[in-house]
Amino acid sequence: MSAKIDRAFYDIGHLDNLAEADTPLHRLDPRAKLLTTAAFIVSVVSFGKYEIAGLLPFFLYPAVLIGLGNLPLGFLLRKLLIVSPFVIFIGIFNPWFDQVVVLQLGAVNITGGWISFISLLLRFTLTVGAALLLIASTGFATICMALDRLGTPRIFTVQLLLLYRYIFILIGEAIRMIRAHSLRSFDRRGKIAYQVFLQMLGNLLLRSIDRAQRIHMAMLSRAFTGEIKVVRQFNFAYREIFFLLGFSALFIILRVTEVTAFLGRFILTLWAGGG
Amino acid sequence: MHMADALLSPAVGGIMWTATAAATVCCSTKLKNNLDDRKIPLMGVLAAFVFAAQMINFTIPGTGSSGHLGGGLLLAVLLGPPAAFLAMASVLTVQALFFADGGLLALGCNIFNLGIFPCFIAYPLIYKRIVAGHPTPGRLLAGSLLAGIIGLQLGSLAVVLETTLSGVSELPFSSFLILMQPIHLAIGIAEGLVTAGVISFIWQTRPEILEQTAAERPPGGLPIKAVLAGLALATVLTGGLLSRYASERPDGLEWAMFKVPGHEKLEAPAGVHQSLQGIQDKTALLPDYGFRDTETTDAGRLGTSAAGMIGSLLVLLVGLGLGLLLKKRGKTGHGHPHPHV
Repeated sequence: MSAKIDRAFYDIGHLDNLAEADTPLHRLDPRAKLLTTAAFIVSVVSFGKYEIAGLLPFFLYPAVLIGLGNLPLGFLLRKLLIVSPFVIFIGIFNPWFDQVVVLQLGAVNITGGWISFISLLLRFTLTVGAALLLIASTGFATICMALDRLGTPRIFTVQLLLLYRYIFILIGEAIRMIRAHSLRSFDRRGKIAYQVFLQMLGNLLLRSIDRAQRIHMAMLSRAFTGEIKVVRQFNFAYREIFFLLGFSALFIILRVTEVTAFLGRFILTLWAGGG
Repeated sequence: MHMADALLSPAVGGIMWTATAAATVCCSTKLKNNLDDRKIPLMGVLAAFVFAAQMINFTIPGTGSSGHLGGGLLLAVLLGPPAAFLAMASVLTVQALFFADGGLLALGCNIFNLGIFPCFIAYPLIYKRIVAGHPTPGRLLAGSLLAGIIGLQLGSLAVVLETTLSGVSELPFSSFLILMQPIHLAIGIAEGLVTAGVISFIWQTRPEILEQTAAERPPGGLPIKAVLAGLALATVLTGGLLSRYASERPDGLEWAMFKVPGHEKLEAPAGVHQSLQGIQDKTALLPDYGFRDTETTDAGRLGTSAAGMIGSLLVLLVGLGLGLLLKKRGKTGHGHPHPHV
């Protein structure tokens, strides 16, 4: 169990380290990336549930981002795999309920349910991948600033920033508590009984509240008046406009027209002409 | 419990985003107007606490499995509904971004399911009524348990509704409901027990913390009423959209059966072809039966989808190539100075 916690802890840190890099993608204004990601996700989920061919070209976007941002594909795929169970659990019922044969490949009948299940997995990979790419190329604090600039209530963005600042500290405390417990638990092998669990949680909560009081005093002594001021330069230049409009236009073209079918037909014609 | 982007349609996702955004703005203005600035760091730190608390699992007696805290109800007890809602929303945002729980479009649904229900329904309507300022161990337990169960039942019901309305999953409403509600009954009981346990612990060791929030009167009727009105509006909107959706797009197959053997059969082949084309626009690949006199268009259809596949794969390959190329270039051009350190 402890290994799992350490892994989760390490993963947040690792995503943040990735965001520290300096590539063309990282240098883009976060608002451009945020809005492009939103356009991407909406385009992907707006396809009909049997769509497969139309979804494949959308892998263009993550591929370009991974290339531009020099991000580790393996790490991102592993994160995708960790969160896939819920979608698979819901989606696996599609082949069960939708048994209409839609396609025959030789002797193999492919039902509508399998098609929609594959489509579901493609959507999952694309949408969750896009969110991970956003955080890995931007960093959390910068996303909060972008949200703030886009009109999110200040109290909420400040919440996000404070939460993010204290997550590491409080998770560290939780890990130390668990380690201390498992070192003293002998034959229970680190399993935490309900009563002990409540005591641990209660103590962690008390420590957190005390910490919040100390933070508040520190803030007051530094002239905190209830309003948080953010100093950060943003630059929405031609590059950002090009990135946002270019990709959005591409998504709309891929979504609305049958560019891929046209391309495929062209290739088939060439093939037939050559043969 | 986390809703996922892949299971959502843009209409449902958009409505839930709107409802959640409205609630967030509503709670923020409410807090800003009667600001107790002590609360700002407290909210942030308690949200971080929920995260840390989820790392500690207890062993459920008699079984091998383990449970942990969800947090919405506990935050509501400690902070009051509007502040707890914002704290919960920030927890779910971080989960969506870093742990890829759900996704960005589904974030609206998740904040709604796990934030609104415990903070604005389970806490004020159930927990507060039962505990009513006189926390005895029995009342604390009864209030938390009931509020935990109802909060999670409503949340999982919302997941089922959102999924069914989106129409990506084939699971029928009733089977999905039977699948989800009992699991979340168990989760709700655990949530209620843990919340009750932690609150009693705080009550025994540092009662003044709870007295502080209990004495506070700011989260009066207004935000709850506003949120309930928003809820009703969202329901009506969703209902309206759903019914329109349902009449506009019946099941692809039924539509085909209705259309093809009907009166249009006698028309010119071009008409049949056009109607097939229309169906094909709606669903990329279609069932083989139901179209008896359309061998020619059948071949054409298969040809089209083959072309679509080939085209897609081509674009995909170009994308992968581009990605690799960019990555290589990025590696060679690594000598940039670091501007922000």
